[in-house]
Amino acid sequence: MAARPVSIIAALTVAGLVIGPVAAVILRAEAFGGFRPADWQALRFTLLQATLSALLSVLFAIPVARALARRQFPGRGMLVALLGAPFILPVIVAVLGLLAVFGQSGLLNRALEPLGLPELQIYGLQGVLLAHVFFNLPLATRLILQGWLAIPAEQFRLAATLGMGRRAMWRAVEAPMLRRIVPGAFAVVFVICLSSFAVALTLGGGPRATTLELAIYQSMRFDFDLARAAMLGLLQLGLALSAGLIALRVTAVPVAAKGLDRRVPRWDRTDRRAICTDAFWVGLAALFLLTPLAMVTFNGLSGITTLGASVWQAAGHSILVALGSTALCLLWALPLATRWGEWLGLSGIALSPLVLGIGLFLIVRPFANPFELALYVTATVNAFVSLPFVLRILRPEAEAIRTDYTRLRAALGLSGWAWLRWVFLPRLKRPLGFAAGLTAALSMGDLGVIALFADPDRATLPLKVYQLMGAYRMEQAAGGALLLLLLSLGLFWMFDRGGRVGS
Amino acid sequence: MALELDHIEARSGTFALTADLTVDAGARVAIIGASGSGKSTLLDVIAGFLPVQSGALRWKGDGITGMSPAERPVSILFQDTNLFPHLTIGQNLALALNPATGRIRDGDAARIDDSLARVGLAGFAERRLSEMSGGQQSRAALARVLLQGRPVLLLDEPFAALGPSLKAEMLDLVSEVAEAEGLTVLLVSHDPQDARRFAAQTIVVEEGHVSAPEETAHLLDNPPPGLRAYLGGTG
Repeated sequence: MAARPVSIIAALTVAGLVIGPVAAVILRAEAFGGFRPADWQALRFTLLQATLSALLSVLFAIPVARALARRQFPGRGMLVALLGAPFILPVIVAVLGLLAVFGQSGLLNRALEPLGLPELQIYGLQGVLLAHVFFNLPLATRLILQGWLAIPAEQFRLAATLGMGRRAMWRAVEAPMLRRIVPGAFAVVFVICLSSFAVALTLGGGPRATTLELAIYQSMRFDFDLARAAMLGLLQLGLALSAGLIALRVTAVPVAAKGLDRRVPRWDRTDRRAICTDAFWVGLAALFLLTPLAMVTFNGLSGITTLGASVWQAAGHSILVALGSTALCLLWALPLATRWGEWLGLSGIALSPLVLGIGLFLIVRPFANPFELALYVTATVNAFVSLPFVLRILRPEAEAIRTDYTRLRAALGLSGWAWLRWVFLPRLKRPLGFAAGLTAALSMGDLGVIALFADPDRATLPLKVYQLMGAYRMEQAAGGALLLLLLSLGLFWMFDRGGRVGS
Repeated sequence: MALELDHIEARSGTFALTADLTVDAGARVAIIGASGSGKSTLLDVIAGFLPVQSGALRWKGDGITGMSPAERPVSILFQDTNLFPHLTIGQNLALALNPATGRIRDGDAARIDDSLARVGLAGFAERRLSEMSGGQQSRAALARVLLQGRPVLLLDEPFAALGPSLKAEMLDLVSEVAEAEGLTVLLVSHDPQDARRFAAQTIVVEEGHVSAPEETAHLLDNPPPGLRAYLGGTG
């Protein structure tokens, strides 16, 4: 099969992208004896915030998922669809939205002020937790909702004929399901929050709210202490790897979960108190998720007309980076959409983008000025980070195409090219469009590696918005955030739509 | 001048198939036997989907044992998935004519139209499978093997999903086409009536053992014990 060498090349470049930078980081790292108190504090904070974020996300997700599982109401489908949106929402956009609601002069403080209540402070642990719950409550809700919908309808029917009350129902049906699902949901959120960088960068900071990732960034950006950055990177790598392996055993991440628009038919939902509880949780979740987004849009509308040339230039960079990393990611993913390819791609979850960035920096430095290559490095790292999700989306369909049509392909004697052009790609169009949309949106909104490298001439839009925020030019920051939001959603929509047309 | 299976032994998992027989060129032969007896395995061996352990396959004296399915002088109609559902019939047939690129070259369009006309589907080139009935889909698949232009045609119960009268109609069409092209046809079927209708000769497959072709009417009227058990005495 002609595809063989192509898969091998793809696998080798991905493996090289893992091994090269990691080796560079290991070689450069200080001995672990060089641990400073601040490093321990960063490690402690990383673990603390990830634990609390996962705990809160899952805790709130349970009542929301239960309400969505057992109620039918107008807008339910929209809300469930919205739960998938944070995946492609740029962190900096969400942060600006949360600031507009919970920040110093945000909605909440303005409401509290006349009551004489003390002002809420968002920066620090509470801000980091707020943002993490904002991003991961929807994910946890989806995971748990899946668990609820997977309970066989017979069990509810049986419960109804037995006349089981709420308590009995909980003990016999719902609690066992949650015991199965919740540890996995917790683990997924925990692992995601371990590598939190952009949230910690914007809402954390200071010695008491610095994650390892943020510490890597600071030692690189402020002290230019490569050895220390490398050592921290190594620590982060070990942490993410062990947590990732544990999470992998407990759960499977749903990227494009299907069938969540169903509702479980039940016979115990006429209870008034239960209806009120469900309405409360759904309303709260919708308010918590939608208000920040509405505020970003509202604040951005006036700001978007005042954007300077440098913001538009950054937007151009971001579009190029997004398109480049989408192309690269798909070039990797198509030949790797197999079982072993998916295992290889999982390294994209374990390896933090910042560690990868430091490693690439170390490799590139003897030959070229890494700062000039910032956009290329960002596009490459973004492609790598999206790879596990893209493979998760493409693999089932790719394998189905191969098994369904190998005999016909062989009987016709199709060349590798004809197979790709007329069969494989056309039949893979839908998941391909969806995967490309995710990659483009993720890359568009990424505020990670680029922060390590970028100089003002090579900023991407998320970085530019962050810089505007840091300079207290909030109106322009809001305008930039709205532009970023529109571009991310626009790219996603364009690719996803492209995959649907005519299929 | 024949298709020879010379002391063939093939293995698929724990299932073993042995065959040693000759099919005359231009003959139409039915292959009958219980399900799991090895009928489809036999076709896989001839088509090149299952490599043989020992023995040799020859077509008109030339060895074809080591050839890939596409290199063999053999075309096959499967039980299902004979055409790609996302392509138009015309694009499907272009792939059969030109498997390297799938492009329609000079004169291809005329050949495609001609083959469609011969199976009674004139003007169907722009349709997709989803826009056609089961019978029309079978006809389109037949047009595909016509364009492949291979002298041996294998049919792996391709019309099993059709109703009785439609199936009879398709078998008649295959007979007509095979006659005109001088094809050698092997038809797998579990229905003895198909054999009577379509094939002068019949091969019986029993527990992995393939017997030599015999005259169909004689075989079905005086079945050996194994075949009698399968036919249930009604053949």
